[in-house]
Amino acid sequence: MNFQLNVWRQANAKSKGKFATYEARNIAPDTSFLEMLDIVNDELTERSEAPIAFDSDCREGICGACALTINGQAHGPKHPAAACQLYMRSFDDGKTITVEPFRAKPFPLVRDLVIDRSALDRIVQAGGFIAARAGSAPEANSIPVPKHNADLAIEAAACIGCGACAAACPNASAMLFTAAKVSHLAFLPQGAPERTLRVTKMVRQMDAEGFGNCTNTYECEAVCPAEISASFIAKLNREYARAVLQRSVGE
Amino acid sequence: MIGKLEGKVPPGPLEQKWRNHKNNSRLVSPNNRRKFEIIVVGSGLAGGSAAATLGELGYRVKCFCYQDSPRRAHSIAAQGGINAAKNYQNDGDSVFRLFYDTIKGGDFRSREANVYRLAEVSNLIIDQCTEQGVPFAREYGGLLANRSFGGAQVSRTFYARGQTGQQLLLGAYQALCRQIALGTVKMFPQTEMLDLVLVDGHAKGVITRNLCTGQIQAFAGDAVVLATGGYGNVFFLSTNARGCNVTATYRAYKRGALFGNPCFTQIHPTCIPVTGHHQSKLTLMSESLRNDGRVWVPKRTEDCAKPPNEIPDADRDYYLERKYPSFGNLAPRDIASRAAKEVCDEGRGVGPGGRGVYLDFADAISRLNEDTIRERYGNLFDIYQKITAEDAYKTPMRIYPAVHYTMGGLWVDYNLMSNIPGLHVIGEANFSDHGANRLGASALMQGLADGYFVLPYTLPNYLAGQIGKRPSTDHEEFKLVESEVRARVKKLLEVNGERTLTSFHRELGLLLWDKCGMARNATGLREALEKIPDLRDEFWKKVRVPGEGESYNQSLERAGRIADFLEFAELMCIDALERDESCGGHFREEHQTPDGEAQRDDENFAAVFAWEFQGNGKVERPKLHREPLHFEAVHLTQRSYK
Amino acid sequence: MTNFPGFYRSSIGKKMIVALTGVILMLFVIGHLLGNLQIFLGPRWVNDYAQHLRDLGPLLWAVRITLLIAVFLHIYFTVSLALDNRRARPQGYEKRNYIKASYASRHMVVSGLVVLAFVVFHLLHFTGRKFNARFPMLKNDPLNHYDVYSMMVYGFQNVYVSAFYIIGLFLLTLHLTHGTSSFFQSLGLNDKKLTPQLAFGARVFAWLLFIGYTAIPVAVLLGLIHPAQQL
Ligand SMILES: Cc1cc2nc3c(=O)[nH]c(=O)nc-3n(C[C@H](O)[C@H](O)[C@H](O)COP(=O)(O)OP(=O)(O)OC[C@H]3O[C@@H](n4cnc5c(N)ncnc54)[C@H](O)[C@@H]3O)c2cc1C
Ligand code: HEM
Ligand code: SF4
Ligand code: FES
Repeated sequence: MNFQLNVWRQANAKSKGKFATYEARNIAPDTSFLEMLDIVNDELTERSEAPIAFDSDCREGICGACALTINGQAHGPKHPAAACQLYMRSFDDGKTITVEPFRAKPFPLVRDLVIDRSALDRIVQAGGFIAARAGSAPEANSIPVPKHNADLAIEAAACIGCGACAAACPNASAMLFTAAKVSHLAFLPQGAPERTLRVTKMVRQMDAEGFGNCTNTYECEAVCPAEISASFIAKLNREYARAVLQRSVGE
Repeated sequence: MIGKLEGKVPPGPLEQKWRNHKNNSRLVSPNNRRKFEIIVVGSGLAGGSAAATLGELGYRVKCFCYQDSPRRAHSIAAQGGINAAKNYQNDGDSVFRLFYDTIKGGDFRSREANVYRLAEVSNLIIDQCTEQGVPFAREYGGLLANRSFGGAQVSRTFYARGQTGQQLLLGAYQALCRQIALGTVKMFPQTEMLDLVLVDGHAKGVITRNLCTGQIQAFAGDAVVLATGGYGNVFFLSTNARGCNVTATYRAYKRGALFGNPCFTQIHPTCIPVTGHHQSKLTLMSESLRNDGRVWVPKRTEDCAKPPNEIPDADRDYYLERKYPSFGNLAPRDIASRAAKEVCDEGRGVGPGGRGVYLDFADAISRLNEDTIRERYGNLFDIYQKITAEDAYKTPMRIYPAVHYTMGGLWVDYNLMSNIPGLHVIGEANFSDHGANRLGASALMQGLADGYFVLPYTLPNYLAGQIGKRPSTDHEEFKLVESEVRARVKKLLEVNGERTLTSFHRELGLLLWDKCGMARNATGLREALEKIPDLRDEFWKKVRVPGEGESYNQSLERAGRIADFLEFAELMCIDALERDESCGGHFREEHQTPDGEAQRDDENFAAVFAWEFQGNGKVERPKLHREPLHFEAVHLTQRSYK
Repeated sequence: MTNFPGFYRSSIGKKMIVALTGVILMLFVIGHLLGNLQIFLGPRWVNDYAQHLRDLGPLLWAVRITLLIAVFLHIYFTVSLALDNRRARPQGYEKRNYIKASYASRHMVVSGLVVLAFVVFHLLHFTGRKFNARFPMLKNDPLNHYDVYSMMVYGFQNVYVSAFYIIGLFLLTLHLTHGTSSFFQSLGLNDKKLTPQLAFGARVFAWLLFIGYTAIPVAVLLGLIHPAQQL
């Protein structure tokens, strides 16, 4: 198969970027999208041109490193899947494919298609954890968790931290990411003691990072490779309201 | 000079060694802890849990990883589960049984006391992770669920859907995040360790390169902990993430740390076969599939090209069931892998290149119906469909073995410290508790055991004598090593030849897969040992690494890693040649039982091979140190899965 | 510490205020429709109803002020959210391909502002009785109530007025196809099973409103309803 690529190139955060076009020739349909970029990069290297920088690691859809907007959709046209799980057979032969980085103010560009997603780490650092010192944990079966809650918790916990939700959101909002972590921990009894503080701090950090606000368009859910449901955003809103009430009425 | 290798196994009966050791270990008082800077390289299960726990204890920790976030370490990809001797199923499990299974699974090539300790702390890991909010699978009563995994006869594997590694890593990552917020841990993502700095023979720092800016920087610490994972990528194609490398451990080796059992690699039997030249990595299909799938190939070569559904049962060879009637499709990984290679070597393999065997669910579907199978393995079938565009409910999956895990690694004593004082190595990066073959669901266990429950106790044994001995990065050793690192980066960029990195990596990988893969023999290994230095020479003459050193440059990152693989591959082959026996995943064709199984030689090879660097090249062979393995509690037997 | 100011400065807090004020406005829209539809029952009903409203006196003012505050807060916070959102992506995409985000959900500010313009005109038109030479000439009905019925009919006989009315309502409908399900989500009253049902319900609701409201000008223009007094 042959494709024409329209790729965003930008040497670093400060320089001005632009689109450049490349040919990808003789690509086997079983080649993954990232492998196709590998091939193009090897050709660029042979021609003494700078290869296209893009992030990836596991290449099986679990690490969350890959982050490409392909033809105007975060992670490309096949959902649910991360960009690394996209295969060239999903495209029509001879077509032009536009590749852009994930765009949002809190994701500053590093190079070409690589962005800095440390904002997501900082949201977790603000409270996305349960304080449990090694050595002090009670026997695991001493606190039963209803299966229903445990199932919801793992559904929310499946987030791979790719940032596609914010990239796809018309408002660049990271609510799905934040909601997934808040919900995961809120569904478990172990998460209860820090529940109020956790949600307030994480939301505050999310806002401070400069993400946009959720307007319930559900575009995030549509591109999420981990199939995180947008209904967890309702859960986050509920948790937040509860925390605010508790903290202004309680105490 | 390294004298006799001391495993520092504490005295006393096996069950009491760890307790005694803890009782006799040294302590660092709380107000002294913050005076210590610990460098932890790696943020996977091992590094992440260690950094978080040490931070919580009050040490000041600097943690490094090459990904853009600690949450992306390769541990995230583990699917199957984590073992523990909880005996929640009341099916007769115990610490001893987990210990015994692990040491036997490793074909008796690991240190007894370490493995026992691992089994002992396994239960604490489950408690710890549950408390952190790891959403393990549960039963309707709300208690934790287990499954049997990797052919174990008890159900001791805890799991979180097909994402156990992810959930455990996120638990450790969240603990790490908490410490980062508290300021006890400083995280350096996208920072690759390129060398180790020794001061007066002690590991006191690292030289790193910031992958975003290209800045090369020195960091000093009171102790260095390497948790940099495995080196399966030396084979080019493996189930490892693209960035997995040997650089950190290999650099430490070149500074004097002993490398233990480098040739012990695990080849996992159920991976999606290679489809073509373009492929950049292989994908694992969880071993659990073998609980319900039947493995077969056509009996006749002529049938291989036929659609599988047109081959009648009588013309199929269910070779695992035929050869191993009692374990059948659940035979251990090394055995199942070799059997697949054998039938493909006979020309009976299926799919592109004849390198594949069928994993067929038709029987299970007709016995249990499709929905049950979907419920059990739905996500795996989806992965398979995404990659191959084939529907495994309708036609059998094709699978083939692939490199998956490396049991070898830096040699460590019972304290997890290498022969270099201060240099500790944990997780897959050390030579590990898995001997010559790792059982399923035990690597996650080991990484977390090391990080949460072993290193925090054993590190003070080193630190207690080290107050105030942290050098500054102005020390001449730092300057020296840093200039060497800079020189090497410069050299890589200056070759400017005409061959791509991929072409070198692929050539090396194919060579190793051929000569030092699932089956090895002396002739092949000698051949590889002839070729590797030539390939390395060519690399340094002909490779092209585009771009500059002072910027984000992925080619440069890869170049450094491949350069190290090109040296390390030689060490693997030397080790494989020296170990003139078969054991576990190391199958020397010269040493097999009459029916083709691995034939151990306990008299001569019940030992860890730990190699000391002497220089590269055909002349300067590394020096071998042997740590004899003594078994008090277990009786060495021939593994049999017939 | 989170307390009230923290709440209305947070993204979620702002959204909740938008949702609550949106619900208040929706209640008004429903109530208003029910009142207006009485036109089909004849002049007595409508004129009576209008008089009753005016007789409420201070209560009517309370409702009006509540609505005014709701409108103000709704606009203030939606505009502030929208500005934040714009800032959150300084560099846009070259190519954009939405999957789930509906047209309505992406154009809430536009639809809202047109609705606002329409409401202002509408208030001046019928409450302020402007833009129509005939309104001042209307005599009170037999019960001595202002003849709202005839005013509406004369008002809508003007094609331009009716057209603007229908366009305004169309945008309100658009606004509410999203808004009616959206406020459940914003207030945390949603779950996975409910989502598609709410989305469907919201569309049905919004279009019922549209049909209800536009039935009046359409009926007038088609000549199905005549003024109670000829001028
Ligand atoms: C596909 C797959 C499935 C698996 N499934 C299972 C399973 O079901 N059960 C089980 O028990 N085990 C399983 N394993 C094995 C297990 O996942 C790994 O052995 C284990 O997670 C390794 O953990 P680690 O912390 O030692 O290393 P890793 O998780 O690999 O972490 C390495 C860390 O080191 C960092 N690093 C590496 N090099 C450098 C450098 N030079 N400079 C700076 N940082 C560096 C990386 O950034 C990373 O943070 C599986 C492995 C694979 C590949
Ligand atoms: C009769 C008039 C109106 C009604 C009944 C109404 C109703 C609603 C409702 C129910 C919502 C959903 C709230 C949520 O998503 O939680 C909403 C959202 C919104 N409204 Fe209105 N609204 C009206 C007028 C306006 C006006 C005049 C504007 C002018 C700017 C406006 C702008 C918006 C915007 C931008 C949103 C989206 C906010 C978001 O989703 O975050 N609305 N409206
Ligand atoms: S919620 Fe989904 S899209 Fe967002 S970061 Fe997590 S996995 Fe990615
Ligand atoms: S590379 Fe890991 S998710 Fe795509």
